[in-house]
Amino acid sequence: MSHHIVEVKELKFSYPDGTPALNGVNFRITHGESVALVGANGAGKSTLLLHLNGYLTPQAGSVRIGDIPITKSTLKQVRQTVGMVFQDPDDQLFMPRVYDDVAFGPTNLGLPPDEVKQRTMNALALVGAVHLKDRPPYKLSGGEKRAVSIATVLSMSPAILVMDEPTSNLDPKARRQLMSLLAEFDHTKIIATHDMDMVLDLCSRVIILRGGEVVADGAAKDILNNRELLDSSGLEKPFRLQEAVWKNPSGFRDARYAGIKGIEELRN
Amino acid sequence: MGSIDSSFFDIGRLDALSSKDSPVHRIDPRLKVLTTLYFIAIAISFDKYDPAGPVPLLVYPMTLMIIGEIPFSYIAKKLLIASPFVLSVALFNPILDRCPMLNLGPISVSGGLVSFASIMTKYVLTVSAVLALIACTGLDSICSALARMGVPKAFTIQLLFLYRYIFVLGEEAARMTRARALRSFGGKGLGMSVYSSMIGHLLLRTVDRAQRIHLAMLCRGFDGEIRHGEPSKIRLSDLLFLAGWCALFTLLRLYDFPAWLGKGLGRLL
Repeated sequence: MSHHIVEVKELKFSYPDGTPALNGVNFRITHGESVALVGANGAGKSTLLLHLNGYLTPQAGSVRIGDIPITKSTLKQVRQTVGMVFQDPDDQLFMPRVYDDVAFGPTNLGLPPDEVKQRTMNALALVGAVHLKDRPPYKLSGGEKRAVSIATVLSMSPAILVMDEPTSNLDPKARRQLMSLLAEFDHTKIIATHDMDMVLDLCSRVIILRGGEVVADGAAKDILNNRELLDSSGLEKPFRLQEAVWKNPSGFRDARYAGIKGIEELRN
Repeated sequence: MGSIDSSFFDIGRLDALSSKDSPVHRIDPRLKVLTTLYFIAIAISFDKYDPAGPVPLLVYPMTLMIIGEIPFSYIAKKLLIASPFVLSVALFNPILDRCPMLNLGPISVSGGLVSFASIMTKYVLTVSAVLALIACTGLDSICSALARMGVPKAFTIQLLFLYRYIFVLGEEAARMTRARALRSFGGKGLGMSVYSSMIGHLLLRTVDRAQRIHLAMLCRGFDGEIRHGEPSKIRLSDLLFLAGWCALFTLLRLYDFPAWLGKGLGRLL
């Protein structure tokens, strides 16, 4: 299905104060791909994400979602296709009840009440949050808020999921649950993150941004093992690929007890 | 120091109360709002030198509280918290209006004192009625009721968002207060200059957040209108609620029950 494609061509953008954020970004993501967008703070990840659902309009270049270029008249269609999950769930959950929040999108699409209800309940069931439907968002835990934020987007049946730091601020277990949830989705996924271990688990492709440009775009297993490339982009290898760990199965514990010097020795 | 963290308004409790189920909870929010508005109009229409006149009206908030299982102590506490504002308004009456109205033996009561009492009575009546209304309806239902009764959406949406984000804002303010307290040893740094810059900072953060929320709303098809779930239908019991209470309020306004009661008691004694 062609509407699952995201194509960005020569995208340029500077903020009103003149700060350049994107200097000619190019990539094409096809149906069902799971792509990690990584880069140091200030590399342009968030600015890029804001272009993918038409919140920012390109100053040069273009963004196409499937067969449609993003313009004012196609915004509604684009926003239904691209579901955007924000970094801070408190920004995403603005209605007084969880149910109202998940129903917000479908209601605005003008769907009949029965359909809205069905979609809302399905989305809540998909993220395992049906029992939360009558709760006010401020009473949820971090993991629950994140699950519900994803449901608010799923209820619009998007073809593409765009997520900004989905695992930030989660405890290890909630992070693990979220990752297994995301792994089940067959949507096209674009995930901006610093969590390199999640990238290793969830993404088959990695795009590295540095200074508003794409410096690497390729298979996750190649890029995540390229230490120089990651280093120069302000990133690190996923923990599980760091030598100290795989050389010695109990390397983590040993390294902790051996101190910093021990870690260096284990690495070399 | 923990005052902001621990007790900021305690609105969460109000919300929990509104999710109970009782006969008054089930009344259509629109009719509850109308009844309460009429109640307020009646309560404030009493003469300023008649502090006892509106007292029987207390039956309305009391009934809501009893049937809605809303603890009196909770509403009473809220009334106390807001009372300084009313006191500061009413306090000038006894000073400005010294004309004697009543003579109780050697003590003469000035008109100012009487109107002071009247303001306090009206305050307790109206505010407890509104608090009871919110506690047995929920602010979100009240907002959607107001919207459906034709109140401009700019107003209802603002109210809805104020209610949703007061918690987030409160938490943010509490975090800033805590950070300041932890680094201002022995009171230095707690002064006005730091305080004012903190308030400014909080405003900037709020503006940023507002932008992000607006973005989140746009992403899900917001077009300036918040559509509330399926509209509820007004039932006969709702209409009876409105009609019954309004009739009672009108009666209490037209006939001076406290005076009758006083006369009756006088005759008995």
